[in-house]
Amino acid sequence: MSDHPAPNFKNPVIRWVDSRLPVFSYVHAEYGVFPMPKNLNYFWNFGALAMVVLVTMIVTGIILAMQYTPHVDHAFVSVERMMRDVNSGWLLRYIHMNGASMFFIVVYIHIFRGMYYGSYKAPRELLWILGVIILVLMMGTAFMGYVLPWGQMSFWGATVITNLFSAIPLVGDYIVTLLWGGFSVDNPTLNRFFALHYLLPFVIVGVVALHVVALHVTKSNNPDGIEPRGPQDTVPFHPYFTAKDTLGLAVFLMVFAFFVFFAPNYMGHPDNYIEADPLVTPAHIVPEWYFLPFYAILRSFVDGWWVHEIFFGWWATAKLAGVLAMFGSLIILALLPWLDTSKVRSCRYRPIYKWATILFLINFIVLGWVGGKPAEEPYVTIAQGTTMYYFFHFLILTPLIGWIERPKPLPASISEPVLKAGGGAQIAGATAAKMEKA
Amino acid sequence: MAEATQSGHDADEGTGRRDFLNYLAVGVGAVGAGVFAWPVINSMNPSKDVLALASIEVDLSQVDVGSAIKVFWRGKPVFIRHRTEAEISEAAEVDPQDLIDPQSDAERAARPEWLILVGVCTHLGCIPTGTAEGETKGEFGGWFCPCHGSHYDTSGRIRKGPAPANLPVPEHEFLTDTTVRIG
Amino acid sequence: MRKLGLSIATAALVAFGAGQASQEAAAASAAHPPQGDFGFTGFFGKFDRDAAQRGLQVYVGVCASCHGLDLIRYRELSGLGYSEEQIKAFAAQFEVTDGPNEDGDMFTRPGEPKDRFVNPYRNVQEAAAINGGKAPPDLSLIVKARAHGLGSIGANFLDMLQGGEFATGASYVSALLGTGYVEEPTLDDKKLCKPQPAGKSQEDWEAELNAWSLPPGTYFNKWFPGCAIGMPNPLYDDAVEYTDGTAATPEQMGQDVAEFLAWASEPSMEARKETGIAVLLFLAVFTGIMIAVKRQTWANVKH
Repeated sequence: MSDHPAPNFKNPVIRWVDSRLPVFSYVHAEYGVFPMPKNLNYFWNFGALAMVVLVTMIVTGIILAMQYTPHVDHAFVSVERMMRDVNSGWLLRYIHMNGASMFFIVVYIHIFRGMYYGSYKAPRELLWILGVIILVLMMGTAFMGYVLPWGQMSFWGATVITNLFSAIPLVGDYIVTLLWGGFSVDNPTLNRFFALHYLLPFVIVGVVALHVVALHVTKSNNPDGIEPRGPQDTVPFHPYFTAKDTLGLAVFLMVFAFFVFFAPNYMGHPDNYIEADPLVTPAHIVPEWYFLPFYAILRSFVDGWWVHEIFFGWWATAKLAGVLAMFGSLIILALLPWLDTSKVRSCRYRPIYKWATILFLINFIVLGWVGGKPAEEPYVTIAQGTTMYYFFHFLILTPLIGWIERPKPLPASISEPVLKAGGGAQIAGATAAKMEKA
Repeated sequence: MAEATQSGHDADEGTGRRDFLNYLAVGVGAVGAGVFAWPVINSMNPSKDVLALASIEVDLSQVDVGSAIKVFWRGKPVFIRHRTEAEISEAAEVDPQDLIDPQSDAERAARPEWLILVGVCTHLGCIPTGTAEGETKGEFGGWFCPCHGSHYDTSGRIRKGPAPANLPVPEHEFLTDTTVRIG
Repeated sequence: MRKLGLSIATAALVAFGAGQASQEAAAASAAHPPQGDFGFTGFFGKFDRDAAQRGLQVYVGVCASCHGLDLIRYRELSGLGYSEEQIKAFAAQFEVTDGPNEDGDMFTRPGEPKDRFVNPYRNVQEAAAINGGKAPPDLSLIVKARAHGLGSIGANFLDMLQGGEFATGASYVSALLGTGYVEEPTLDDKKLCKPQPAGKSQEDWEAELNAWSLPPGTYFNKWFPGCAIGMPNPLYDDAVEYTDGTAATPEQMGQDVAEFLAWASEPSMEARKETGIAVLLFLAVFTGIMIAVKRQTWANVKH
């Protein structure tokens, strides 16, 4: 995929292998001389960070699976056995537990970076959709993983979320029974969740591989959102980005380590240190923090809310509407490349959309905050307002701003200063049309 | 991630410092990864609850002369026989040099009246009979493995059959005259 | 470097916010007792061995008649500074049900270091039946399970930065036992455990509190969410006789048993913090090296 010819390896063993299975040529082409825009900022570190966290989760997860017992009578105790008896078990368990949160932090920043700099736009639509698929798979994996310690929040979170499927007309109850393997969340449920929690990460690895392949076809976007116009605009991946990514990794690991070693339960819920009890529901059931924005969308649909009455009331229950809206909020993310009508990628050159995007982020954070609040006023109203804004941003604002906004002039190339005012729109059209080979 | 060995493109002044820094980074990164590998691997070693059961104390006061008990230790049976004078002298009279696995009785039983053995046949891991009352003790009055016909004597030594070695004596220590700690 | 700082700050902020969201929801049902002074907080925190040993005395002498400590084995007491001989003698005081034996019967024997702390009840049904329908909670993880934070984003954040750990849970246990029981509760006491519900006026709230009386079979505890706790006040002066001569007031015993239960909820905490210091130091050095490597790598690139 690179214009550079395969390197002439000196080591005969490497040469022998490479002529039969070109792994060394591949690494050389994709991670050695691979051209990277030289103006990337540190927000471009988060893809590599996500990769490191994924590997960390798989390694610690496999080791923990050797100590875990997927049975309702033993699961909780087996996790505590890791904390107390298994050599370094506490370390591996806390890495895995906080790693889930770190994974979402990194991926959410990675996604927002893509939104801000227009990385989803042509020709990177498939790359973006693969990313959304990874997010959905991560959510499924994280949800099932949270059930495994079999604490109170595990159990009631599983109960609430699986019950969502009962909203499906006609077959809903059958589907829930099928998911549970019984008539409530119980041992069969725990067993299958464990099996799937072990399986899904490898599916994620597969989609990540596609995500990376797609990235190496289109190559990285950059903060200016214009394609590199020649070698003067790029630097080889190695040593420039090996050094930069490793620096970012080192700093990230410090944040990660701080939580693992000094605040390991900060992002968890204390009720999960109480063993699951099917007869006692906790006062407030809250999902893990990374689900809260979507949980808020789910909960904001209630009978009598005018949005619900207009769009769903005449054909769906509030419960079904909430479920549809929640899944819709993810599907709409995948459609972003076509909802955005602007020809300019980066918010750097989009004076209005830039603020819309920042407002979207703030709205998303408020959604998360309100998702952790009890379902009472004023939180219900805030949740409904922010839910509306979430969809308003994608369905109305994004296409509208694309049409009416007058972008700032784009620079002629990454390495050249901004072109004098006037030629902006023209360049914008030109660069968006077809990317140029580096 | 941490392979920054290939120095930059402009090999002008400062190359030495540059190489040094790169090697340092790779070295320190490799040490970090190596140190992290240890807890991952060590977690598979026996855990504290497993180790806590790795040694047991057995009360021998109820074991009469001529009888034997079976206790469970590290997932395997251990035979403890309170030997009679006849059994002791029988075991002691054998010349170790004539045996398949030469060992004197004194090496195997520091207190001759007590014989402590891991009850797993050294051939293919079956449990020999001869501990409980009425079980067949084999041709040499010790133990007999029903799987492939190995005969052990009153010192637990292999005398006849396919087993290659004597029944092993686990590490043990008498805390009192009637209490022994195994393991 | 400035941009790196920015992106890391973003990551950290998301994490901090995340923690808030999950802690806050459950915290609203009662006021937060004042934060106690425990040995285990902070980056170099260690469990206060003396306090925890006294706390063990309180647990055995008082709590153990109704509460189990199922996850702890006697052998683990070595973590509190007891010798092997002391642990053997300690365990041997308790009668452990073992079996079945060769005849198929269960039998009892003296406890051994490998055994779990003996539970006062045969099973949870018995525990519930004896205690008016609700089994007293197991105390193995009670400190972590009650660590609901301090009730505000800023306070929780600062507490986390100082390595506050599960101190809020220990403070709750300590305050509940030490200062929570009030014979004749005032309006202010009631306000602590029955906070003003959203959408209810001050007068209505106070009127409701004044009219409220304890349900039968419960006791007033100002730190217990809802005020009415099923457990009678278990501590009184000299409920246990401390071997080290410390005066056994309810406050002292509450504090000590909280330190003990904090240890019980995570005996590996000390190893965790020690490892953490080493890991962070290592990463700081590695980050320093990488800053230099990155700078010199990029020195000739204008971007």
